[in-house]
This record gives sequence, structure tokens and C-alpha cells, in this order.
Amino acid sequence: MSTGSLATLGPIARLLSDRRHLVLLAVRYGLFLVLAIWIAVMSFASEHFLTVSNMLNVSRQAAPIVIIAVGMTLVMATAGIDLSVGSLVALISILIVELFGLGLQTWIVIPAVLVVGLISGLLNGAFVRIGLPPFVVTLAALVSLRGIAFVISGGYATPVGNELVLWLGRGDIAGVHVPIVLAAIASIAGWVVLNKTRFGLYALAVGGREDAAHAMGINVGRMKLAVYGTVGTLGAVGAVVLTGRLGNGSPNAGMLLELDVIAAIVLGGTSLFGGVATIGGTVAGALFLNAVRNGLNLMGVDPYWVQVVTGWILLLAVLVNTVVNRRVTEWARAARIDDQPEA
Amino acid sequence: MTTPLIEMRDITKTFGAVVALRHVSLTVQAAEIVGLVGDNAAGKSTLMKILAGVLKPDVGEILLNGNQVQFDGPMDARASGIEMVYQDFALVPELSVTQNIFLGRELTGGGFRSRFLDNRRMNERAAHLIERLGLRIPPVDTPVRAISGGQQQAVAIARATAFEARLVIMDEPTASLGASAIEKVRQSLVQLKNHGVAVIVISHRLEDIISTADRVVVLKHGHLVGERPVAETHGDELLYMIVAGKDPKQPTDALTSQSA
Repeated sequence: MSTGSLATLGPIARLLSDRRHLVLLAVRYGLFLVLAIWIAVMSFASEHFLTVSNMLNVSRQAAPIVIIAVGMTLVMATAGIDLSVGSLVALISILIVELFGLGLQTWIVIPAVLVVGLISGLLNGAFVRIGLPPFVVTLAALVSLRGIAFVISGGYATPVGNELVLWLGRGDIAGVHVPIVLAAIASIAGWVVLNKTRFGLYALAVGGREDAAHAMGINVGRMKLAVYGTVGTLGAVGAVVLTGRLGNGSPNAGMLLELDVIAAIVLGGTSLFGGVATIGGTVAGALFLNAVRNGLNLMGVDPYWVQVVTGWILLLAVLVNTVVNRRVTEWARAARIDDQPEA
Repeated sequence: MTTPLIEMRDITKTFGAVVALRHVSLTVQAAEIVGLVGDNAAGKSTLMKILAGVLKPDVGEILLNGNQVQFDGPMDARASGIEMVYQDFALVPELSVTQNIFLGRELTGGGFRSRFLDNRRMNERAAHLIERLGLRIPPVDTPVRAISGGQQQAVAIARATAFEARLVIMDEPTASLGASAIEKVRQSLVQLKNHGVAVIVISHRLEDIISTADRVVVLKHGHLVGERPVAETHGDELLYMIVAGKDPKQPTDALTSQSA
């Protein structure tokens, strides 16, 4: 095959023209296939699984994860990570009930907690920017943010009575749950930002090779601040939704949520090492994770076992994401070089 | 004599206690290929990083077409038409050929779409550019990590020439390439010159310089040892200048400046 004929074929035709590309496709988009198979199998295993109400239920449970994971996908595009989002959710949920407890109006409380999320993210970003490892910075935030939530709340959960917060967590628009609508908006916006704007491109460039991005005039430090600020803000949005759904503000809210978020993203095919990211994969990953849990629940599997299986899925995802993906890419690349003389 | 395209005057640069460059001056005419040679730590890369806006000189000035300029970062230098092809190419492996070529200078849509990337137009321009340079690489939406070293070099050169460059600096362009790829690089140097673009080549390989350059400049330990047209010199003389740090035609000058 020659370069000329390849260039004239469309990308899809080019992929299909070659069995190697099919294998690459299978590794890259295998999750969508697995999700479809799971849904098919489960629809036979349980009559309740493939119903509109159950699918909406799965999507609604995935919604806060999707909202936060959109921001986290951008962070991971820069080869970063934010472990503190679960604790941030707890802090925000406590702040919501405390601020309403002070008699403040809705139009003050909601923007205020979003700003807290933004500032929390920017603080993480500021430390990452000066060269500290994101893992350590956000691990420290994971511990301290939940600590603050416990200090403020004294360890107690408090019911939330605000209409808007409850509507954001439980309401519906024309039969579709509000969290699903919010997650859809976040996903579409995230897809546009990642694929169609400088912001997304620069995030990938920073994660792919920081010094090259810097040499091409990209402000690496500002990009890092911005992606952590984004995940902080979206973390606050997710917290509002979760608080509304649970109906209370609790210092235990969002426990281990960061792992669900990261699992969804890694399942979706976003690289743990930066430079490669996909919002579509992230959404599919979050849906898959929740569809598996939901299906196992419907089959009456012990919830503790569900947790075990979730851990296995994460391990499998990391395996595919790193070792398998690299091997297959190298194999396809080696084959391609065999085909083509050096230019 | 016409105004040179680039004139670097009396450039001095220190890193802590180390003097990397001491009163070095360099001129480049339009469409001229200048070879910059010297041993390790001669100051070649430092001088070029100053010209490319990556480093700032402690002392000295840069004139572009006779007008003094100051570069606040590589983007400033690129906006003035000075491009650098880095020794390691400075490409992002995960991004496509097109994305790398346009990185930092993306094309966007018109009107309300001005905030959004025009990926299709960038792909078309990138393919056209590579064709114009006579380069052979895989489709422009291929990630750079999936192409060979020689092809990556081609992408880096395409990027440097994509935006009306007036001067392209190449840092060791042949260091990591095989024989056929080296020949390609030499051809693209001459092709740039034919398009009116000036080129400065840093190279350890004197054959690169002798086969392509118009003029050669020798540095050692941050000093300018000497310069001359390539037609009036030969490999042995250049080697002597590089190793001894002396210009055989001006022995006293070189000695006094070195002991200074």
C-alpha cells in the first residue's frame, strides 16, 4: 500500500481496509461492544433490566460520576489526576446545608458552593503547577477536604429542604431526570472543548509532551491551573446533584467516588499517562460501571461481591489501557513500518 | 552591502558562573545557509536559543532587517518569522501530524465559530504543505508516535516552514537519522534557500555543512573563532578551527580574545 492511496481513502475505509486496524479499533472501542453485550445478556437474565425506567435509573446513578468525570478527563489529558473529588463532594454537600441553615438565599448558596469548588480545584492546580506530583497534592486534598467537612458538620448529616437542590437531584424535565440532563449537557460541552477548542488541544499537548508544548508557546502552568479549576467546579455541580438526590448534606457523601470516576475514565480509554483522552469513552465507562452493578443487583448478587467485581473490572480496564493498548499499538506500528519505506 | 536579515551583535550570556557566550556577533543574509559548528559546550545551541527567543541574552542586541527586536519567548520569535527545528523535534507524540504542525497557531472558523478549531482546513493545509515540500509521510491525521524518526523530522521541518518563515534554525538536524533521511534533510535545506528562506544549521557533521552551506561560523568555549565562505575552506581547516579554537588566517586575534 502506498501513501498516496491511503491519503485518498476516507479514514473509516482506511481502517476497514486493513485487518490490523480492526484489531486496533477493537481495543480502542471494545468498551462500547462490551457494554452492548452486557445489556443484551442482562436483558435475558432479568426482565427488569432492559426497561425504560431501569435504563433511566442506571443513567441517573451514573450522572454525578459523568459530570465530574468530564472534568477529570481533561485533567488526565494533561497527565494529571485529582483524587480529591469525592472529598470535595462531601465538603460541598455540608456547605449547602450549612449555608441554607444560615438563612441564605438559593441564588447565593448555589453560586457560592460552585466558587468553593473552583477555588479548591485551583489550589490543587497551583501546587501541581509548581511541580508537585498531582497524585500527592490531591491525596492531601482528599484527606483534608473531608476533614473540613467533618469539622464543619460535627460528623452529622443534615436534611436539605431547598426546592431547587431537591429538583436538581430528583426532578425531571419531560420525564427525563434532571441529573441525566445535566450530565448530557456536561458531556456535550466536554466533547466540544476537548475536540474542537484550543483548550482541549493544549491539555492533550501538555499531557503528551510538556516541553514540546512549552516550546510551541503554550502556557503549561496556566493549562494545569485551568483543568484542575474545571474539575473542581464540576465536582461542585456533581455534589449539588448528589446532595439533592440523597436529600441531605453528609460528611460521608462521595466516599470513594474518585475511584468510580477514575475507573469510568480508564475504562473509556483515556490514557493514564496523558495526551490521549475521550469524553465519549468516559460516558460509556460510567454507564458500563453502573450497568454492571445494576445488573448484578437485579440478579440478587450479594452487594459485597458487587464491590469485588467492580475492583476486578477496574484492574482489567487498567490492563487493557496500558499493557494491551501499548503492545497492540506497537505491533500495528511495526507492521506499518514494514509496509512503508522510510521517507 | 544590503541590510542583513539577521544581525546578532555582541551577544553575551552567562549561566551562574559559566560564561556560555562572550561577545559573539553573527549576521545572516536572506536566502543564505549558514553552518554553525564547534565542539561540545561551544555555545552553538545557546546562541540559537537566544535567536529563537527561548533564552534572553545578558548583553547584546538582535536586529531583524536592521530594526532592533526583543523576543519575549519563542512565540515572539516565531511571529517575526524565526523558526527553530529542535534536535529532538519538539513534537507531541500523541497528537496528529496536523495538530503538531499547527500547535500554538491553530486555524479557527469564521464569525461565531472563531473559538472553534477548523480541523478540516488544518488537515488540508498540512497535506498541501507536506506535498509542497516534497515530503513523503503517512496521512496527516496519523499520530506522530506512529511514524519513523525521519518522518518526524519531516513534520518538524514542515511546521517550521508552514508560516512564512524568514529564517529556520536547525539544531543537529541529522543527528538521529539514517543515511537516506540525512540526504532528504540536506535537500530540504537547499529547497528552503531556493524559496528565499535563510537557514542556520548546527551540526556535528562537517559534511552537512560543506555540502549545503554558503558560509560557516566556528565557535569554541563561547568565542567566535572565525567565519568564511564554504567555497574558501575545507574540512581539515574547519576541524583545526574547531579543535584548536584558532583561525589560521587571524592567529593573533583569536589568541587575544581567548586569553581575555
